[in-house]
Amino acid sequence: MGKVVAEQNVVRPLSTVADGDTVRLVQVRAGRGLNSRLASMGFVSGAAIRVVSNNHPGPFVVVIKDVKVVLGRGVAQKILIR
Amino acid sequence: MTQPIVVAMVGNPNSGKSSLFNMITGSHQHVGNYPGVTVEKKEGYCTHDGCDIRLIDLPGTYSLTAYSAEELITRRFILEERPDVVVDVVDASNIERNLYLGTQLIEMNVPLVFAFNMSDLAKRRGLEFDLDQLSCLLEARIVPTVGSKGEGGDALLEGIVRTAREGRKPRIHGLRYGAEIEEELARVEAAVLERERGLADRYGSRWVALKLLEQDDETLAKIQSPEVRDAASKSVGRLRSIFRDEPEIVLADRRYGFISGACQETIRSSVERRHDASDLVDAIVTNKVFGLPIFLVLMYAVFWLTFTLGEFPMIGLEWLFGWLGAAVSGLWPEGSDSWLRSLLVDGVIAGVGGVIVFLPNILLLFLAIAMLEDTGYMARAAFVMDRIMHKIGLHGKSFIPMLIGFGCSVPAIMAARILENRRNQLTTIMVIPLMSCGARLTIYSLIIPAFFAPAWRGPVMWLVYLIGILLAVTCAKLLRLTVFQGETLPFVMELPPYRMPTPKSVLIHMWQRGWMFLRKAGTVILGISVVLWVLASFPKPSPERLAGLDGAQARQAALEQSVMGRVGRFVEPAIRPLGFDWRIGTALIGAVAAKEVFVSQLSIVYATGSDEDTDALRKKLRANYTPLAGFCIMLFSLISTPCAATVAMTRQETGSWRWAAFQFVGLTVLAYVITLAVFQVGRMWM
Repeated sequence: MGKVVAEQNVVRPLSTVADGDTVRLVQVRAGRGLNSRLASMGFVSGAAIRVVSNNHPGPFVVVIKDVKVVLGRGVAQKILIR
Repeated sequence: MTQPIVVAMVGNPNSGKSSLFNMITGSHQHVGNYPGVTVEKKEGYCTHDGCDIRLIDLPGTYSLTAYSAEELITRRFILEERPDVVVDVVDASNIERNLYLGTQLIEMNVPLVFAFNMSDLAKRRGLEFDLDQLSCLLEARIVPTVGSKGEGGDALLEGIVRTAREGRKPRIHGLRYGAEIEEELARVEAAVLERERGLADRYGSRWVALKLLEQDDETLAKIQSPEVRDAASKSVGRLRSIFRDEPEIVLADRRYGFISGACQETIRSSVERRHDASDLVDAIVTNKVFGLPIFLVLMYAVFWLTFTLGEFPMIGLEWLFGWLGAAVSGLWPEGSDSWLRSLLVDGVIAGVGGVIVFLPNILLLFLAIAMLEDTGYMARAAFVMDRIMHKIGLHGKSFIPMLIGFGCSVPAIMAARILENRRNQLTTIMVIPLMSCGARLTIYSLIIPAFFAPAWRGPVMWLVYLIGILLAVTCAKLLRLTVFQGETLPFVMELPPYRMPTPKSVLIHMWQRGWMFLRKAGTVILGISVVLWVLASFPKPSPERLAGLDGAQARQAALEQSVMGRVGRFVEPAIRPLGFDWRIGTALIGAVAAKEVFVSQLSIVYATGSDEDTDALRKKLRANYTPLAGFCIMLFSLISTPCAATVAMTRQETGSWRWAAFQFVGLTVLAYVITLAVFQVGRMWM
């Protein structure tokens, strides 16, 4: 696992996390469909997420459960992490 | 003879399921579509230990909820067709995420075999499995396989046959979800057992109760008893207040909990997995600056491969059909006017041959697409194009079929299969004919030199193509706002690891598309060709009328007399405001068979003789029409009436004649309106 950021207990959207940081998922705040789709891909509470690339307006790429996933920026805003 | 063992293969996208399926069944495969949807249905056969086995390759999914067509198809097949064995193909180098689907199969209590695929890769990554213990925890056989190298097939078949012989048996442990959920689950299960006996017997009471806690729409719709609904909604309410989240999500948490528990005990990892190499490649191919040019270069390569390289076998096929036509024609004495000869030569051979010549294009195109998909680049390409395509309400991948449309609409519509979302796929298919295809180029190259000075030829051609693109973009946007309304799906996509494609899977993929296309050419397209031949050949003029006419004049008289010629005359008042006369009308109707037929039909109505002598035809055109009318002919050919093969392919890929008719009528009306406006406004200026 990469380094874990200092601000351990601040809940914030995944879209604010910098490249290379690893964070833990708290909750997904989306509609039922997206919620369930994300859950099936491993986005469940406590899951470790490593942000590979967070370039505005470029790709938002994360690694979760050993799988590389691209997220739309809107989706990344709905994922709350710590 | 005993019944074959029915085996359903399921697995995550990118788990190597297809290559495993290809490995086991080889060429004994049958590809079709599920009724009404474009999700592919692949079936294969094999034998093992004296048992016949029928394998069904179900669509790749991450879970078995009811949110996408793929998930629903997979789930319904397992529930309703009750296969004897379900094989869950798992990417062994990425167990956790892949086993999530497995937990849902365990919940359904189906006879289950896990294929731990790509186990060589897992070993290289330093993963060590205690398969015996994991097999105990999952209560199912586990067979390590390497689909791309053909390893583990026999062991897998052995596991399938044994599991099938044992049949369904109750699970000892199953999955437990923790005290609070188990309590509610027991309540709902009791209600189901009491009031919904039929469902309980069919699907298992615990599974039905679980789905009710997840508020699964499909299961809820099956519940008749208000008591059960009531019990379920009360339980859901209680769980919501305990967990402050949807029970559905809590259940997903618990499933992952079960998996990580099982993995902790049975998997040892000596090396931490890193993505360095793939991160580096991704940084280049999805780069803000380089991503788009790299994509465009690769697309150009695909286009070049399909249409430039494809031209050589195409010429061969054209020659073959020409020879076949001449050979069949030679069976009759010289100058015979037998209708059977004309049907075979001008109807069947020319019609079907005209479509089959595209086979090399189709094969090469799908070779290229299979390579892009199997290497893992396609997911990156979709991502690169997504920002642009998103603006017109389409998915990044829509770009590929639209580009192919410049070559030919038929393979382009087939290529729209790479789109997962149905609305995106339908929208893309609807606008593909607006991308000006190669066959329409023959019309432009007749018309443009006839009316425009050399300096203007390039710009006019460019303008025609540009109008097509702009209309496609506008129509796509309009369709997404109206007929195919609905939110654009949030963008979540796996970037699979880069892999070397295996020749076998690429070739099988290519052959399957080719075969699908050939079957279409042999059925629907054959039928339409014959109908159009009848329209252009009957009723025949009387022998007196033909007396004293030469070949070209006789053909002119015959076409004028035929149904097609009459329809051309009949619609003349309607197309007059577009600047067309009955001759153009007749040629346009003929162009329904194939766009390039327009040129040969026009040369018949003007009796200018052989097709090669286009200059004579151009002179006639110049004498009869203004440049504005000439431009309008191109405009109308560009937009209107997709050719018969396109209609047939749209019917196949959308699963209904309704969409094919919608496309046909919609584009024709659009063509009429636009051409009318251009001609009428243009006339005021000229």
